[in-house]
Formats: sequence, C-alpha cells, structure tokens
Amino acid sequence: MKTRHKRLFLVLGVVAGVSVATALVLNAFRDNLTFFITPSEVMAKSEFPERRFRIGGLVEDGSVDRDPNSTRVTFEVTDTRKNVPVTYEGILPDLFREGQGVVVEGRINSEGVFEADNVMARHDEDYMPAEAQEAIERAGHPEDEVGDYY
Amino acid sequence: MTARSIPWLKFTAPPNFYVLAERLTPWLWGVAALFLVAGLYVGFFVAPPDYQQGNSYRIMFIHVPAAWMGMFLYLLMALYGAIFLIWRIKMADVMARAIAPTGALMTFLSLWTGALWGAPTWGTYWVWDARLTSTLILLFLFLGYIALHAASDDREKGGRAASLLAIIGAVNVPIIYFSVEWWYNLHQGVSVMRADGPSMAPSMLAALLLMTVAFWVYSAAIVLRRAQSETLSREARKEWAQQAACGRLTRDTRERAVAQAQQENAVSESGGQA
Repeated sequence: MKTRHKRLFLVLGVVAGVSVATALVLNAFRDNLTFFITPSEVMAKSEFPERRFRIGGLVEDGSVDRDPNSTRVTFEVTDTRKNVPVTYEGILPDLFREGQGVVVEGRINSEGVFEADNVMARHDEDYMPAEAQEAIERAGHPEDEVGDYY
Repeated sequence: MTARSIPWLKFTAPPNFYVLAERLTPWLWGVAALFLVAGLYVGFFVAPPDYQQGNSYRIMFIHVPAAWMGMFLYLLMALYGAIFLIWRIKMADVMARAIAPTGALMTFLSLWTGALWGAPTWGTYWVWDARLTSTLILLFLFLGYIALHAASDDREKGGRAASLLAIIGAVNVPIIYFSVEWWYNLHQGVSVMRADGPSMAPSMLAALLLMTVAFWVYSAAIVLRRAQSETLSREARKEWAQQAACGRLTRDTRERAVAQAQQENAVSESGGQA
C-alpha cells in the first residue's frame, strides 16, 4: 500500500470516527439541544418542571388579552392540541400576533400558568408580498399551514 | 499520478496557477459586480415588502447568501485540507489558507445581519438555539484554522495541523444545515431548498439567487487573489515569482519553474515513503 493511500484511509477514518462520535453525542443531548418544547410536551409531564424553560407554539387566536393600564398581557400558546396560558409583562416583539409563532421563556407556577419573562416571535419560512396574503385571505384560506411547525 | 492523467493537476505547479488566476480574476470581479448591482436593485426596488415583516426581511438578501457561502467555503477548505494531507500538494494548502479569511468574513456577516434582523423580528439579537450556536462554532473554526496555521514556524507543520482541524470541523456543517429540521429552533425552517419548491415570492427569490451568484463569484475572485499573493510570498526567492511580482513573467521562466516544481514533487513523493 502506498503512503498516500494510507493517508487517504487515515483521513477517511478520522472523518468517519468524528461523524459517529458527533452523532452519538447529539443523540444523547437531544433533549437539551432543542430550543423549546411544545404545549403537548408540557402537559404530558406528570409534574411541571421548576427550572426555567421555553415553550414554543402559536399564539391562540382570540386569546390575547392586554391590560389597558400596564404592559401586562395574557395569552395562550397552542400546538393545536394543547394550550398553555401565559402571562407576560413587558414589550412584545413587532411580529407578535395571534396565529403567529412564538417562543416564551420563564417558569410555570403552581396553578399551571406560565409566567414568561421573555417573549420572542418566531417567524415562519414563508415570504410573500402583502397583496398575495390579502388575496389568500379573501379566497378563504387563511394560513392553514399550522401543521408545518410540528 | 502525472500531470497527464488529470488535466487540472497542471495547476498544482505554482507558476501555472498564478497565470491562470491572473487571467480569471478580472472577469470574476466584473461578473461579481454585475450580479451585485442586479441583485441589490431587484432586492430593494423590485421585490415587494413581506406580508408579515414589511421591509426588514430584505436583510436576508445579504444574510442568506453569506450563510450559504460560509458553509460552502468551510467544506471547500476542508476538502483542500484533505488533499494537502493525503497528496501533499502544496497549492491545496495555499487554497485552503486563502479561503479561511473569506469564510470567516461570510460567517461573521451572516451572524451580524442575522442579529440585526432578529432584533425587530424575534425581539432579541441573539439566542443560544442550535442554528445560531452551530454557526458561531463555524466562525470559531475558521478563526482557529487561521490561528493554528500561523502558530507553527514550520509552514508545512502548521498547514498539516490546520488541515486536520478543518477536516474534523467539517462535521459541523451538516449540523448547521439540518439543525432546523432536527430540533426546534427559534430560527425558521428551510425556505428555498425544499422538496415542494421555495416558499417565497418569485421576485424575492430572484433577488436572493442573484445575490448568491454575486457572493460566489466575489469569493472566487478574492480567494484566487489571496492565493496568488500567498504563492508569491512562499516562492519569493524564485526567479519566476520575482518576475511575476513585477508583472514581467516570461513563458520561458514559467516553463523552467514548472519543470523544477515537478521534479521537487517527485522527490518529496518518493521521500514520503519512509
């Protein structure tokens, strides 16, 4: 076997070894690598976690309730199967709106209400002109791609 | 392996590479400028505002090509690193070394523009989600490659260590690319390279693709230029390099230099058996 063939197999071996090791590590840390969990996953837990965590989903249509005297707002995060009620005090991002993706960060209290200290809007992967969106709504098909998120 | 068996092996001889790059780069600069102007025009004046984000989505015309370019350049750098490690072709090391700064720049641009887009859209400049974190690691890999390459006084040793780092780090690129599918992220999913076609209006996609071509050709031009100057500095003591630096490289000198380089390669190949 020529030296350069040995080196070729050595490099291929390094690539294969690193790939397998990385795959195992990523698989082992799967739960920690995910940025948020879904409302269904929260509800499936026998007891609510005490530490801070993040829930991601859509802002339930018609659930947003703003306190007129403060920046307090309550809404529900849904994955279309389960809902989690959320309270938050602070400024919401521009893209926060009903039916849109959202990630909330905070703790869940004993009554099962999620007290968020951080709210992030989650943008979807659709880009289109405003006129196209209006046309879709007129045609009676409001964004029906909710299932794509999960 | 001889120059006859694979035609492009001719360009592993530094003087041949130098002359090829000298001929290509003016065209590449021109094409890059053309596509950049076209892409910016379509991006700013033709593409309509987005239905959710208004005008802030236009950052993606820089952000997305830069992010793609960063990942692609890393894989290319790792490939050249592997070629250098396996076949000990010095020009491969020159190319990998020339790619690193542009790759780092592209990755930095994608992180920076992403933060500027994230602030109004998400409500935060930065989160430690899988996509963002793995892209930050890509930037560190580029910087680590540059530092490791420069760390050794012996250029050959530095090149080998850095090449190994480049190859090992390549595992990060598929993680970046597939992170949005493997885990829940704040970063949205794939818009362009989807099985069911891009989920983007045609004029937006046109601007994005024009900018992508511009970034590709710009990267090719700047990398070839950097590789040229690296070649000259490595071969500074040789006659052809001194002539080339003054812009007076004769065909005769080049052919002599190529013959000499091939002889050196043959010696180092047989010496490599030990």
